[in-house]
Amino acid sequence: MSKAFFIDTTLCTACRACQAACKQWHGLPAEETINSGSYQNPDDLSFNTYKLVKMNECMIDGSMRWLFFPAQCRHCLEPPCEYMAGDSSAIYKDSATGAVIFTSVTGKVAGVDDIIGSCPYDVPRKSDKNHLAKCDMCLDRLQNNLLPACVTVCSSGAMNFGDRKTILKQAQERLLVVQNKYPDAMLIDPDEVSTIYLVAFAPSKYSESASAKAGSFDLTRKMAFKKMSRWFFAKAFTG
Amino acid sequence: MAALAESFGRGAMSNHWIDIKNSDCILIMGSNAAENHPVSFKYITQAQLNGATLISVDPRFTRTSSRADIYASLRSGTDIAFLGGMIKYIIDNELYQKDYVIEYTNAAFIVNKSFDFADGLFSGYDSASCKYDNSNWSFETDEHGLVKKDTSLEHPRCVFALLKKHYSRYSIEVVSSITGTPKKDLLSVYKAFAATGQSFKAGTILYAMGWTQHSVGVQNIRCGCIIQLLLGNMGIAGGGINALRGESNVQGSTDHALLWHILPGYLKVPRNSDISLQNYNNKYTPSGPGGNMPVGWQNYPRYSISLLKAFFGEKASAKNQFGYQWLPKADNGKTYSWVDIFDEMHKGSIKGFFAWGMNPACSGANANKVRNAMKNLDWMVNTNIFDNETGSFWRGPGMDPSAVKTEVFFLPACVSVEKEGSITNSGRWTQWRYRGPRPLGNSMPDGDIILLLGRKLKQLFASEGGVFPEPVLNLKWDYDSNGKYDPHKVAKQINGYFHKDLMANGKLYPKGSLVPNSGMLASDGSTSSGNWLYCGSYTEEGNMAARRDQKDAPNHIGLYPGFAWCWPDNRRILYSRASVDANGNPWDDKRWVVRWDGRNWIGDIPDGQWPSLGSEGNPENPVNRPSFAMTKEKYGRLFGPGLVDGPFPEHYEPVEGPLAKNLLGAQLINPTVSLPVGPEDALANADPKFPYVCTTYRVSEHWQTGVITRHLPWLMELMPQMFVEISHQLASLKDIKNGSRVKVISARGSVEATAIVTRRFNPFIIDGKIVHQVGVPWHFGWQYPASGKEESANLLTSFAVDPNTNIPESKAFMVNISKI
Repeated sequence: MSKAFFIDTTLCTACRACQAACKQWHGLPAEETINSGSYQNPDDLSFNTYKLVKMNECMIDGSMRWLFFPAQCRHCLEPPCEYMAGDSSAIYKDSATGAVIFTSVTGKVAGVDDIIGSCPYDVPRKSDKNHLAKCDMCLDRLQNNLLPACVTVCSSGAMNFGDRKTILKQAQERLLVVQNKYPDAMLIDPDEVSTIYLVAFAPSKYSESASAKAGSFDLTRKMAFKKMSRWFFAKAFTG
Repeated sequence: MAALAESFGRGAMSNHWIDIKNSDCILIMGSNAAENHPVSFKYITQAQLNGATLISVDPRFTRTSSRADIYASLRSGTDIAFLGGMIKYIIDNELYQKDYVIEYTNAAFIVNKSFDFADGLFSGYDSASCKYDNSNWSFETDEHGLVKKDTSLEHPRCVFALLKKHYSRYSIEVVSSITGTPKKDLLSVYKAFAATGQSFKAGTILYAMGWTQHSVGVQNIRCGCIIQLLLGNMGIAGGGINALRGESNVQGSTDHALLWHILPGYLKVPRNSDISLQNYNNKYTPSGPGGNMPVGWQNYPRYSISLLKAFFGEKASAKNQFGYQWLPKADNGKTYSWVDIFDEMHKGSIKGFFAWGMNPACSGANANKVRNAMKNLDWMVNTNIFDNETGSFWRGPGMDPSAVKTEVFFLPACVSVEKEGSITNSGRWTQWRYRGPRPLGNSMPDGDIILLLGRKLKQLFASEGGVFPEPVLNLKWDYDSNGKYDPHKVAKQINGYFHKDLMANGKLYPKGSLVPNSGMLASDGSTSSGNWLYCGSYTEEGNMAARRDQKDAPNHIGLYPGFAWCWPDNRRILYSRASVDANGNPWDDKRWVVRWDGRNWIGDIPDGQWPSLGSEGNPENPVNRPSFAMTKEKYGRLFGPGLVDGPFPEHYEPVEGPLAKNLLGAQLINPTVSLPVGPEDALANADPKFPYVCTTYRVSEHWQTGVITRHLPWLMELMPQMFVEISHQLASLKDIKNGSRVKVISARGSVEATAIVTRRFNPFIIDGKIVHQVGVPWHFGWQYPASGKEESANLLTSFAVDPNTNIPESKAFMVNISKI
């Protein structure tokens, strides 16, 4: 059954246990960072950082807000990156969970930058050898009946995970409660993705790439279709 | 803990972590729970999901504030003004829980005529010694020695009237002018929290070092105690005053007497005037009317003699005062706290030093002075998991290794997961932990290190003699199995044994068996117990701390009585007798803690087994009303006569502050503070060279001085450098760019830091003028990261201390800041 995350940012305390647990489970090296005038570190996702709690200070309706957004791959239901790569040995969707998986073959696929560009949420990052990496939903853990590492360590209840149907229901129920206090609260693209965020304010207050670039799903679908057609015709002629 | 003991009788968190979920209103002040106790937010969140209001009061908008419904800022060091205003608000608007206040607090007690307060001083002050004679703050008694009361609360000298009078000066205007908190924010906090004065509402206060590390630290907490007593929030589910301990086993280490002035179980360290055991026991056993309680300090000799039996075993007998004379005695009037130790070391009178699981070169206030003090040592033993700035102090910044004579020995200890034993959490739960991986290399559990050390000392005293060898030679030291330290043997001795067969209630308790509860401890040497509070934690039924039952108690409030074990007597919520009315019916039926069913108490283990008050006439029922059985008068103390600096908290400015006058009175700083006067103890009050208020704090990503966390790359990635948080206004005043390196300077030292220019700090308007505040974390030290430039915030702090506890005032001091 398809799985999903529900990330309730209204409960997040930015303790960043999820960020550290992600590195620990995946055996990813720490980046050499400096304090650039913010708690947020590293400043961006990278080939070695799949999960990053973005932190933004702002005034909303005269009140101080410090907004936390644990950014990660959204595991789109129809992933533009998968279409763009067009090579299931490099990028595929795990049929059991819906996890969008990048394999070590990503480095051999042409157009790595196009794949990055196709992501509505600016998630994939490349290594200096042009390999791509991002959150893999801890597929190995799921296959062994464990929750994703980031969910396991979350003590505040911000990170949730389960069957997509159940998670969607949980998200919608929670939204109704949160809207009592924050009328602008919303779920971000719940029908497009398997990482469903609940935000109290406009997504752009949290992160530039919190919600999908306008029309990105439509556009990338068309592009991917074109690319696939070209591939199909090329195969047809040479084959 | 001194404030809690004074107010309620016990120095401990009254409720426990899970219980936070039962609250209607959570006031987090002097604590940053989201960052420093992240898991507590699980329960805070549950309360919020149930509709609770979360209030965060902090000089700086923190990750806790980000989750709060109400945020109010205040200048560091002005908590008493802030809370004094709340006490006034509660009284003026009659929002206190009247029945509770009359039945369970000393509100109705009549105070003697000799009590007075004028010009910022209570009566009995001696300016030569900077001390009060607190006999001036006593209660009027009748011909039977019982305290006189006026339950109408109208007598002008009843505690309630005096309280009202004392805080009448704390108007919103004055408070706002001192704290810098906008008036509307003060009112919204007061209103939200005072609403829990209704008997069916529960409010809890969570505090930590932000309240304790002040020259008025104990009185900060006393304010919280007074508020909770007025609102009827003590003893109830979702209430209490909860000290969030900064380390997983601080409660355990305090219970087992880490601090100099106590023996295990909060027994007193004897003074040199306590010339005999009898003399000592008489002095600390409360007497007078209303005594003779089954559980309480009235049993002091049973606890102290059982402790001596645990220390000295068969060597302790009635003939030799159970070895009392082998205990070290503290000199009369002298203190031996952290700052005293380093003062003496600085003077050169201490020659040897064990730094055990500590890093004073970074954690100690005025770290330059601490580091220089270590130069005077002949030897130091540094027991830790890694070398640190303490063990390597001789090669630290500004040190000339060739000029340091100190010989340093390093004993590698293993980490917590590599050893077995118990820890006691903030909620007083002692929980057994099993060993995970084996210790690496030649590192050892602390227990093994101490065992070997003790064994060696015994051998040396036996073979070579020495001054006063008896205490070491007679020490019972059999805590090993197969030559290795055995934590079960220690845990069992802490619980205690019968040393003679005992027949009680038709049951035989054989010699050598474990004592089932502290009520069975004896004062004749027939029992031993290393800590009476823990008597019951490891019995013939097994190791209670290792229990993992998941079943809740019948009241379903998250007590889980079969999970681990908590003192006293597995009571999860302290003072629960105050959660019911005179008939034993809960004030609040939907989250009751205990109730009297006519014959028995059900729910939690009640804090006092006696029948409900309403069943008076029952021969077992005492005349007095023991809701707070561990205080002398057995009532919660709004008026606390036992502290050194006053029975009511009064606002005084920090020892180092921005003001030259106290807007509330003639006395600028706490009059009982004796200022540090050594050559490295410079102070700078209202000094234009140090114009900005500064405070220290912690972040989620690091732990204490960072001895573990600075070596973990994943955490260093998150928080790589020392930083200072400053407001946009101050940044523009000083032309400081976000992310640039700056220097923070106090009268005692300076540190480099990266500037975080943030909206989360804002200037305060204090007495009509702008006052800026900045803040620094204290997790760093020169040894790592390798640049050596990320140093300890304690280079800035001072030895000015709270006069009750000697805790340094690390949470409010003055600095300047400059570009590099």
